[in-house]
Amino acid sequence: MEKRVRVLVAKPGLDGHDRGAKVVARALRDAGFEVIYTGLRQTPEQIAEAALQEDVNVIALSLLSGAHNHLFPRIVELIREKGMTDVLIIGGGVIPDADIPVLKAAGISEVFTPGTSTTTIIDYIKENVK
Amino acid sequence: MDNESLKLKVAEYTAKVEKASAKFPERKNLEYNRLYTPLDLEGQDYEKDLGLPGSYPFTRGVQPTMYRGRFWTMRMYAGFSTAEESNKRYRYLLESGGTGLSCAFDLPTQIGYDSDDIISEGEVGKVGVAIDSLADMEILFDQIDLAKVSTSMTINAPASVLLAMYIAVAEKNGIGPEKLNGTIQNDILKEYAARGTYIFPPKPSMRLITNIFEYCSKNVPNWNTISISGYHIREAGSTAAQEIAFTIADGIAYCEAAIKAGLDVDAFAGRLSFFWNAHNNVLEEVAKFRASRRVWAKIMKERFGAKNPKSWMLRVHTQTAGSMLTAQQPDNNVVRVALQTAAAVMGGTQSLHTNSKDEALALPTEASVRVALRTQQIVAYESGLADVVDPLAGSYYVEAITNQIEAEALKYIQKIDDIGGAVVAIEEGYIQREIQDSAYKWQKEVENNDRVIVGVNKFQIEEKPVEGLLRVDASVGELQKKKLADLRAKRDNAAVTAALAKLEAACGDDSVNLMPIILEAVKTYATLGEICGVMRKVFGEYQAHATL
Repeated sequence: MEKRVRVLVAKPGLDGHDRGAKVVARALRDAGFEVIYTGLRQTPEQIAEAALQEDVNVIALSLLSGAHNHLFPRIVELIREKGMTDVLIIGGGVIPDADIPVLKAAGISEVFTPGTSTTTIIDYIKENVK
Repeated sequence: MDNESLKLKVAEYTAKVEKASAKFPERKNLEYNRLYTPLDLEGQDYEKDLGLPGSYPFTRGVQPTMYRGRFWTMRMYAGFSTAEESNKRYRYLLESGGTGLSCAFDLPTQIGYDSDDIISEGEVGKVGVAIDSLADMEILFDQIDLAKVSTSMTINAPASVLLAMYIAVAEKNGIGPEKLNGTIQNDILKEYAARGTYIFPPKPSMRLITNIFEYCSKNVPNWNTISISGYHIREAGSTAAQEIAFTIADGIAYCEAAIKAGLDVDAFAGRLSFFWNAHNNVLEEVAKFRASRRVWAKIMKERFGAKNPKSWMLRVHTQTAGSMLTAQQPDNNVVRVALQTAAAVMGGTQSLHTNSKDEALALPTEASVRVALRTQQIVAYESGLADVVDPLAGSYYVEAITNQIEAEALKYIQKIDDIGGAVVAIEEGYIQREIQDSAYKWQKEVENNDRVIVGVNKFQIEEKPVEGLLRVDASVGELQKKKLADLRAKRDNAAVTAALAKLEAACGDDSVNLMPIILEAVKTYATLGEICGVMRKVFGEYQAHATL
């Protein structure tokens, strides 16, 4: 039997907006993924550690506070330091278009902005997970 | 026509249109009936259910005059970057005809961390202004007359500290606390359930809140000591009925805590205020406002035995629904906000913040804030909606769904009572689960095209990235750090240490009101992080259970 894809849905930083993260987490679960949700206020270190412990294939970061340019790249850095080189890292939230190329260059594979349907995210993961 | 013949006519009509509407399946299964008639209001008693504006049960509004006296307070929520930058924006808003201030604080401030705390990195000045000490607060209100302006502060877990800073700034300008007008949000229960900026566990949090109620009733009598908020519950995905039900259940919990602490209900209840969302379904929203006033009035009078009519009144601030703004074709948001404004005004709000069109993308620019404020002014001065008190009363539809939303809310409140009250219902995750289920249902409806969001799942166009968004300079964090280092070098550190030691002892003694002690501490320029740090040490921190 094929191993189910494991996804860590994470809320880095101090942002308390978790409607999006929870809706995405539920949609991913309904689509057949194993989903672990970290809850609020996770430091980059905590997220990297959780990803390692849970042996996930995908990390989905959600942030609406504007701290993405600082926190997302830091998380990628820690994940790669821990040797998880093939984990797919995606992000979403209130993220201005101008920031997206910067985040992609830092190792965030794709950024999903408000209005994205959950099926778009599910399809993206299916096509890109290693 | 008598009721019997009307019933026959309505049955005939229904049979006819059922057939015809089979051709329009997408317009068939909407939330409300297609037609309302006097049959839907059978048993309604004008005196008992509606009354006149300004009298019990306040369905038609809390003041007798409503907007034929004065308009609602046009209060634009603002704050970003440093105190200097935000002070400029506040003065701009007041010069543009805004009639009250509303402060947005950054996340470190809201969660009780200083800007130089490692956990604050990347967040300083982002979603609001960074306030580390009384020194920042002095700059924030520079050249603003606190005796004249009313100020609302969106601050919850550390509300006591920010209120103390506000009182201290006023005092420095020769204005006594009895002259201050404004609101602190101070609503911790919805932070656990929907918004996320909690610090301490429920018990010490409720103590801080009741300490504030008591302190203000004696010293800051015109201050709204809490803004019991449904706004964020709705933003997190609840329905209209859930929004008022969960919020009023929180309100019941605050009243119970204050009464248990020995306060007389009429000593604090008149200063409780509420905060509603103005969402897209205009008439449902109007009904929600009306229903909420009736529910609260009955609870205060019948359940808590309040005698002062002021204690029965649900006074409300409103904000248009941020979650309904689309990143797609953002100009369309101006229209959404105008309709939401109409709903809040026909619903009888006491104050209003209107969102700006670019807020699904970033914090708003000055130009887009101006349009948002002008929207309120157009509704106030041009639309006629503010000319008649409770203009939709007597509409079969609006009255019927006012009753329906009230009944639904009362069912939820009963359920929460059965669980053991709002605090237990939150700790058990009941309220969070109900909200999440509604949020997920909404998302599914959008994705299945059962619910159309213009520009998102219908009428899309190819779009270019929006230009000219507001960006908060990343150097704000460094600037705040430097200000803090200077402050710590300059202030009387012995006085700070003594004040913090006194606070620590007081936190351990439930019989002490913490407000005067926090006020003493802020006056020594102890920082927000230091004060909350002491409270964290004694009170511990809330551990949320993440539920899906």
